[in-house]
Order: sequence, then structure tokens, then C-alpha cells
Amino acid sequence: MTDLINLHISEAADLLAKKEISSVELTRAHLAEMEKGRVLNAYITETPERAMADAEVSDKRRANGESLGALDGIPIANKDLYCTKDVRTTAASKILSNFLPTYESTVTQKLKDAGTVMLGKVNTDQFAMGGSTRTSYFGESKNPWTDANGEYALTPGGSSGGSAAAVAAGLCMGATGSDTGGSIRQPASFCGITGIKPTYGRCSRWGIVAFASSLDQAGPMARSVKDCAIMLESMAGYDKKDSTSVNTPVPNYLSALTGDIRGKKIGVPKEYRMDGMNEDVAKVWDKGIQFLKDAGAEVVEISMPHTKYALPVYYIIACAEASSNLSRYDGVRYTTRVEGATLDDMYKNTRTDGFGDEVIRRILLGTFVLSAGFYDAYYTRAQRVRRLIAEDFKKAFETVDAIVAPAAPTPALSFADMANMDPVSTYLGDVFTTPSSLAGVPAMALPVGMSSNGLPIGLQIIGKHFDENTVFQVADVMEKSAGFNLMPHRVKG
Amino acid sequence: MYTIKGNTSDWELVIGLEVHCQIISKAKVFSGASAEFGAEQNTHVSLVDAAFPGMLPVLNEECIRQSVKTGLGLNAKINKYSRFDRKNYFYADLPQGYQISQLYYPIVGEGFIEVHTSEGDRKIGVERLHLEQDAGKSIHDMHPTKSFIDLNRSGVGLMEIVSKPDMRSPEEAGEYLRQLRAIVRALGTCDGNMDEGSMRCDVNVSVRKVGETILRDRVEVKNVNSVRFVMQAIEIEANRQVEVYENGGTVRQETRLFDPNNNETRPMRSKENAHDYRYFPDPDLLPVILTDEYIEEIRASLPELPEAKKKRYVSELGLTDYDAHVLTLDVETSRYFEEAMIGQDPKKVANWVMGDLFGYLNKNGLTVSNSPVSAKNLGALVGLIADGTISGKIAKDVFEIMAETGKEPAVIVEEKGLKQESDTGAIEKLIEEILSANQDKVAEIKAGKDKLKGWFVGQIMKASGGKVNPALANQLLDKKLAE
Repeated sequence: MTDLINLHISEAADLLAKKEISSVELTRAHLAEMEKGRVLNAYITETPERAMADAEVSDKRRANGESLGALDGIPIANKDLYCTKDVRTTAASKILSNFLPTYESTVTQKLKDAGTVMLGKVNTDQFAMGGSTRTSYFGESKNPWTDANGEYALTPGGSSGGSAAAVAAGLCMGATGSDTGGSIRQPASFCGITGIKPTYGRCSRWGIVAFASSLDQAGPMARSVKDCAIMLESMAGYDKKDSTSVNTPVPNYLSALTGDIRGKKIGVPKEYRMDGMNEDVAKVWDKGIQFLKDAGAEVVEISMPHTKYALPVYYIIACAEASSNLSRYDGVRYTTRVEGATLDDMYKNTRTDGFGDEVIRRILLGTFVLSAGFYDAYYTRAQRVRRLIAEDFKKAFETVDAIVAPAAPTPALSFADMANMDPVSTYLGDVFTTPSSLAGVPAMALPVGMSSNGLPIGLQIIGKHFDENTVFQVADVMEKSAGFNLMPHRVKG
Repeated sequence: MYTIKGNTSDWELVIGLEVHCQIISKAKVFSGASAEFGAEQNTHVSLVDAAFPGMLPVLNEECIRQSVKTGLGLNAKINKYSRFDRKNYFYADLPQGYQISQLYYPIVGEGFIEVHTSEGDRKIGVERLHLEQDAGKSIHDMHPTKSFIDLNRSGVGLMEIVSKPDMRSPEEAGEYLRQLRAIVRALGTCDGNMDEGSMRCDVNVSVRKVGETILRDRVEVKNVNSVRFVMQAIEIEANRQVEVYENGGTVRQETRLFDPNNNETRPMRSKENAHDYRYFPDPDLLPVILTDEYIEEIRASLPELPEAKKKRYVSELGLTDYDAHVLTLDVETSRYFEEAMIGQDPKKVANWVMGDLFGYLNKNGLTVSNSPVSAKNLGALVGLIADGTISGKIAKDVFEIMAETGKEPAVIVEEKGLKQESDTGAIEKLIEEILSANQDKVAEIKAGKDKLKGWFVGQIMKASGGKVNPALANQLLDKKLAE
């Protein structure tokens, strides 16, 4: 059974096609592993009955000689930010803890249509606000990579930490994540898996609980570059229900995995090499650069002068949008309600009770930066700097095909360390991921090396708008060069 | 010039109107739900209108087209770049917690409306027209402690048309509103029914001493739901302000509610005033980019607007300014008039429409759209007078029967035997009878008392039941008297 939970999607797809395994077997193996892995608190809601039913349907389809493709019969998990029809969708919050959607998000519907089997809904930071899953109303998820004492004492990162932990621990073969300022890439790096935030507009946002509309983007998380390519191909595409999704054809991502990057020009932004940088991270970055050189790419130093502003700009814009996006959770319709003497009291009681501290902090921050008298100083100025950051990327891509950078400033942090950090220090963890989020360009994280204390460290490959192909192409070569095939110890049953 | 007399000075009014017009379109502005009025509560509500998690607005192109059309009808600049902003506030009938509107880049810029008042013709400036979504409806009178929410209206497209502070009298404001309503109705972009709330008006009023050029703080008066109320609210609010100033006080900028029952405006609770809407560009929607071709295509499809129609009625049909104005204020009226006038004398038809028809409709609370007398039948009635079939006097009786029964005038004339007598032989016989029965009066006429001829005509009409053509009766009477 261990074999089944260690398979990549691409490998399982071959075995399913050859009928050497069935989706029911594959699904059952993962459901069993999920039960053992509950200590990781990766799932908020498990849907075993539905999973088994879906798996049976998939097997029947294949028995009839029909297949929906590489994902048909593959067990996956969905981040609990995606609305799933008739399956509770909480955004890891109390306020939506009883919300049962009557509709399915576009992206999860596409995965359903591709024949995937949904195992359940995985944990996230509340409304995707955080980098650790510590803000989840349902408690933090644990990184399956243990600390020096063999304890589950590390964060899987976030916000897509439940997705990352589940993928790394074999509790699903792949998972949907979402990335607003690094929420796919940082947990992928912390858990030693792959994940891509595609170009803004590549995947529909329809049916995904919104955090910051101009930044939110859906993406896959899996155990190989190839698996991410398979998943993204099925998740991506124009959706007329999302005005910001872009009507441009989705290329064949698998065809990008040529294994050849000779002559490609890869940029290394000098502003990303910061004073006091984590040594392990710096070493892995250098190692990655060497892999690319060895594969025949030309690596050049580039300058992205506005990088240092990305973090504050990101927190102004994301919080501003969030403060407005979360207004709909008001106790009037589908959210949990706490009554009050007046309508205003009901709002206050409902929202004070229903939102966690970090969510409230960001709503307040966002409300502040949009307030009369502060709007121009914060929001307008942040938008202006955002354009400069996007310009940095545009200019860089005039000379390079892709950029290589760390995905996170450190390996996975321990909960004990995080408990002593103030909110601003935790925000610093997004320093490498927010620039590309603000620019809307695609970026992929993949594991490249290990830290001195035995934790995975990922790098990111950043590409041009709608050029996920080059990102996959470069990431694939780096993945092969790195030969990173380490897995966390499986949870002992 | 309209002024309010005070002890220290005469005061002039400065008035601006903000008019919300519900857009005529099948679907709401950002969702596919029906925008139809009057459906059962909460039946025209999509997941977007109820602001479910993850729902996104998608712009309905029809609302853009209607806004551009209206902009062109207001002689306004169409902005080729416009954008949507969120206006954030909490209320139970605002599911998103924000209204999608256009603060920074409205779709339509400056324009004007021509109005006609007792003081002459004026152009009133339009500041802008922006597109936004309506909120739902809170119903407070169905339960002693609870409010009910109807989301049918939530997300219906609105055009907010903001005037410049160009109006100086209640009459002018009333005319502006009437003219605006006439324009949107003619364009088919809003049905302009203020009593159903498809057209709503907020009034900005300030006063200043005659001769002052500054603008003093203005007061926004809400809840003004008819043209008459708009004029009334302005008068009341302006007088209140004058009184405050005359008594040494100051008027502060605030929002007040118009209460037509007590004939007063009163301040809204200060809490309702204290909004900081935290506008910012809606990241869910792309900017609207219009091409010249698109705008020109709409311009080419515009129907004739009231002002142009009015000018045509004067120059081509020979109507008076006043008649042309009244007949073009409402697109239904002008449509009725133009149908009734086919093949008839327009001036005569205009008189009938504005006289007997309007009189009857007003008395019975009807409009031309549901008039029992069809345009075709009214035209036919005018035709019967013109060709001498009936007299103008008989026509009034026929009109009454038409209004009661909806029948064609010719049928009524036939059934009731009201056809005018034109058989000279029969009339001559009748005259001879009357003359012989009144020899004394004949003698008086012959002695020079000409006035008595009128008495004889009356007798002839009476004896014939009004069916004799009066001109013919006169002519034949003269002939007989001369014999």
C-alpha cells in the first residue's frame, strides 16, 4: 500500500491506464493514510464516501474503454477556500463554519470533469491570511517533516499549508492551492513539494472565497513538476464568469518538459540577495544556479530596484481589498450570526466572534488605508509602486527568459519560534514571493536542497506573463538536476 | 427672477438634482438575474446578487449601451474610458457590503438639458452620468421587531445623473426633472415611474443673497418622489435656510428627509450621515473601453428626442411653442398625437388631445397609454368634423360616448343618427315652418332688428336636434328672409 501513496500522478496515471491498479485501490490507500495522518490536521473535512463513489465511477469508465485523461481516478484534495457543491466550505473560519455551497467553483469543477476523486477539503490559514495555517479556526496543520527530536513541531507554511502537508505526507496525490502573496510557493518550499502560481488571469477565481481579488490565483501543488503541469492544464482556462480571467489558449504544458534549456537566459536578481540571508537558503540558491549553468543555460545578474517595496505594497493592497471582500460575511444571510440589539450590534457581534485575530487585523489595516485622508498616502501610492514593480519584471524579461530565486527566506519554522514572532516579522516571510504576485507573473516553487538540520528548501522559477511553459521547462531541468527524492517519514499507523 | 424676501436681503436659490434612473434591461447590471419590476419577493436573485462567497460580477453590456444612449440624449460627452469603484458601507439590504459604482471615471461626462419655464428657455448643465448597482429593499412594516429584505432590486442597473447647481427656482427644477424623464422615456432607457421608484431624486439646495457669487453650504434632501414634491421640498427647504440665516444662524452641510405629510424637511440621524465610503477601484472588473464606432452606432440609432420633436412640431406642423412642449414632454403622448394626426389638421388634433382628451384622462386617473379613446379614433373624430359629417358641438357628445364605449366615432354617429343634415330641401322646409310660426319676429327682422337672426338659427338647431350644419342654416335663413 505504501507504494500507492508514494506514486506521482503521472506514474499512477500510467498504471491506471494499463489497468495495473484501480482508482478504488488508489483512493482506498489514500483514505487509509489520511486516517493515520490525522495527527497532521491537514484536512478540515474528509469526504471518504464521495471519494469511493467517484473512484468506482472512474474505474467503471475505464472498464468501458473510456478515460477522461491523466487525472481520471486520481485522488486529490481541495483547499477549503474553493466552494464545493454540497461539501462544507469554511475558508478555515468560524464565520463560514456551517456554509454549504450549492455551487462548485470553476477550477474544482474542471478537476471533477477531468475525473479526479476528491478526498476532502484541506486546511488553510483563515481566509488564506497567513503563512503557517496557525490562523485557521480548525487549528494549525503540522509539517510532515519533523524537527530534530522527531516531533511534528514545524509549520507546513501557508496559507495552502494543509494542501502542502497532505501532498508531502501522502494524504493525497495532488492538491489545489491558492496564492495571493506566496501561499502556494512558501508551503511547497517548507514541505519539499512543487507548486505553481500561474499567471494572474490564467485560472478562474469564480467560486473561490476571495481574499485579495487583484492577487488571488489558483494553482496546483504536487510531488513533481510534471504532476503540476498535468493538474494546471486541467485547472486553467478562460471563464466568462470571471472578468479578470484571460481569454487566451491554454498551451500543452507537458510538451514544455523538454529537458533542454541550453541557451536559455536565466536572471538572478541581485536585490533578492539580502543582508543576513539564511545561509542554507543562500547555498541552495547557489546550487540551483549551478544546476542551470551545468544544463547549458546562461545565468546573468539582473536588477529589480523596487523589490524592497513589494512587501509593504502587498500588505496595503491585499488588506485594502480584503477589508471590502470580507464585508459580505455580515450575519445577514448564510454566515453564522450572533444577535444584537440593533443591526449594527449584530454586525459587531457576528464579525467579532466569527473572524480570527489575524483576519480582524487585516480588515482593520485595509479599512485604515482606504479611509478618507489616508487613501492617497497609502492605497494610491501603493498602486503606483505596484506598477513600478511590474515594470521591473517587464524590463528583466526583455533580457532573460526566466528568473531564479528562493521561495522563502528560511526553511520551515517551528511553532515555538513563531509564537514569539510579532505579526510584522511573520509578514517578512513573504519577501521573495510578493513581487511576482504584484506583477501577476507565473512562479513555481520546487524542492532543490536540504538545510543543515534536514529540512527541505525550495527555489522558485519566475516567468513572463502567460509563459508557464518556460517556467515548467526550467523547473523540470532543475528538478532532474537536483534529484530531490526525499520524503518525510510517513506517519506511523 | 425667483427670490425669497428676507428682512436683510432678497435670497436666491441654488439647486442641483441627483436623479437615479433604473435602467431598462432584461438582466441586472452585474448578474444574469432578471431586472423585471414587481415579481414575487426574492425570486429574481442570483448568487451574485446575494453576495455568496466566491461570486464575481460580470458586466451586462446592455447597461453600457443604455448609459451611452442616455448620455447622448443629454448632449453629453461619452467617456471612452470608464471604470468601476466600490462604495463600502454596511446595510442589511446591501449583500456585498459595498455598492459597485463609478466615482473616479464615470461613463458619461458633461452635458445639458434644455428646459422651458415662465422665465424663458435655459440650458441646465449635467455634471455626469455614472453607472451603478441598486441595493435591495428593506421592509420594516411587516413585523414589530424584524425587518425583511427583498433582494429582487439588488444589482439592478442604475444611472445616476447629476446636474450642475444651475437651477434657480422650484419651477426650473421641476421642468428639468420633467424634461429628463421625457428624454429617458423617449430613449427607452428608463421608464421614469417615480411612484414605482424606477426614477428617484435627491435634491441639493442652498440659498445665497442676491448678488453673491459664492456657494453656501448645501443641504441634500432625500426621499422626494414626484415632480410636485421636488418643487415643494425645494421651496420648504429654501425658506427654512433663509430663516436660519436671517436669524443669525448658519446652515451646515447635511442630509435631510422630506416629509410631505408635515410639509417639512428634517435632519436624518447623524449616524446615517457619517459614512466614509472608502471608495477604491473594484478589482473584480476591468475598465470599460468604448470605441468611436460603438458610440457612433448608438448615436445613429437614437430616436427623435423631445426637444427636436418640439422644434419640428412648431416649424412643420405650425403648433404653438406651448402646445408643442406639452405634446412632447411624454413620449407616449407624442406617439399618440402623431398617430391621431395622420391625415388630419395637426392643430385641430392638438386641441382635442390637450383639451377633451387630457381633461377626460385626468378626471379618470388615466394616461394616453390606457386611454379608452384610441389615437386612431380621435383622429377619425376630427375628420368627421372637418368633412362636415358632424358639428363641433355634436363631436363633444360623440367624444363622451367614445370614452365610455371605446367605439369608433363613425359607428356612434350612425347608431345615434347624429349625422349633420345637409339636405337643403329638408332644411328649407324646416326654416319655412319656423318662419311661419313666428311671423312677428320675421317682421322685426325686416324692420332692422338683425340680432334676431341668431335666435332663428338657434331654433333651427333645436328643431333639428343639432344636426344641421350651422353655416348652412345661416345661409338658407338669409335666403328665405330675402324672399
